[in-house]
Amino acid sequence: MAEDAPKKVLLMMGCPEVPVQMSIVLYLSHKLTKAGLDVTVAGTDAANKLLKVSDFDGYYVKNSVDLDQCIVDIIEKRTDFDICFAFMHSDAGMAFAATMSAISKAKLYAVVFGRNAEALAETIEFNCEKIVAKAVHNPNPLKNKIDKVIAGLVS
Amino acid sequence: MSCIEQMKYTLLLEKTSFKEGREFIEKNSDEVYYIDPGYKIFKDYYIIGVPPIAIGAKGRDLIFTYVRPCYGTFVMKIESEEEIQRLRDREKERLMASLKKGIRAEVHVSDKPVDYRSVFK
Repeated sequence: MAEDAPKKVLLMMGCPEVPVQMSIVLYLSHKLTKAGLDVTVAGTDAANKLLKVSDFDGYYVKNSVDLDQCIVDIIEKRTDFDICFAFMHSDAGMAFAATMSAISKAKLYAVVFGRNAEALAETIEFNCEKIVAKAVHNPNPLKNKIDKVIAGLVS
Repeated sequence: MSCIEQMKYTLLLEKTSFKEGREFIEKNSDEVYYIDPGYKIFKDYYIIGVPPIAIGAKGRDLIFTYVRPCYGTFVMKIESEEEIQRLRDREKERLMASLKKGIRAEVHVSDKPVDYRSVFK
């Protein structure tokens, strides 16, 4: 990659059952894209369908990929990212984030939300920066913390 | 969808946590091997999980974790002597490599002449 190429960012969605995830993903994707970063969103089939309906013109999200295929592509060295935001509100989300930590060179941010956010965040043992908020329906506690990270990334 | 879901598998544990899945494998396998996330089994499945990831062998069955974002961790078994043999070979290679490294680290060559009195002490 050329040195002046925009940094590649992956937003890795977990299960879409907690409402704040989609809202923060759209927000974060748009903010980082506007700041000149090359953003890709990866999700399950269900999460990607929600994304396509929420942003049918691709205004907020320019690139979206299947989560399983994205992981395969990273392992098989067809692609990688500079920064990854791994969204998690469950044990399964944590397993995917831990995998990302092992297979990618990306700086990893674990975005932990949901009713048990704090307890889940405490069990993280891999190398990452944690963004933790007990947010389910109201995205603002998580948005406020994400804003601080964005400020650091684009400054 | 990976090839796993089209294979003949048996579910041993459903919708559990990754830690419980690991403990189940450790307790219910004849042999347990530890691998990193991204280890490939069968044609196209890369193991997802929190290290240390346990894979077990019991008889001719490979016992492993399968993680889906919306459903959690499953522990399943699929008959495959080939995959079990691959794990055994990998373990043997790792052991040989660590033994070689250990021997290299233990052999200390001194620049000074050897004092045999100290050797016999």
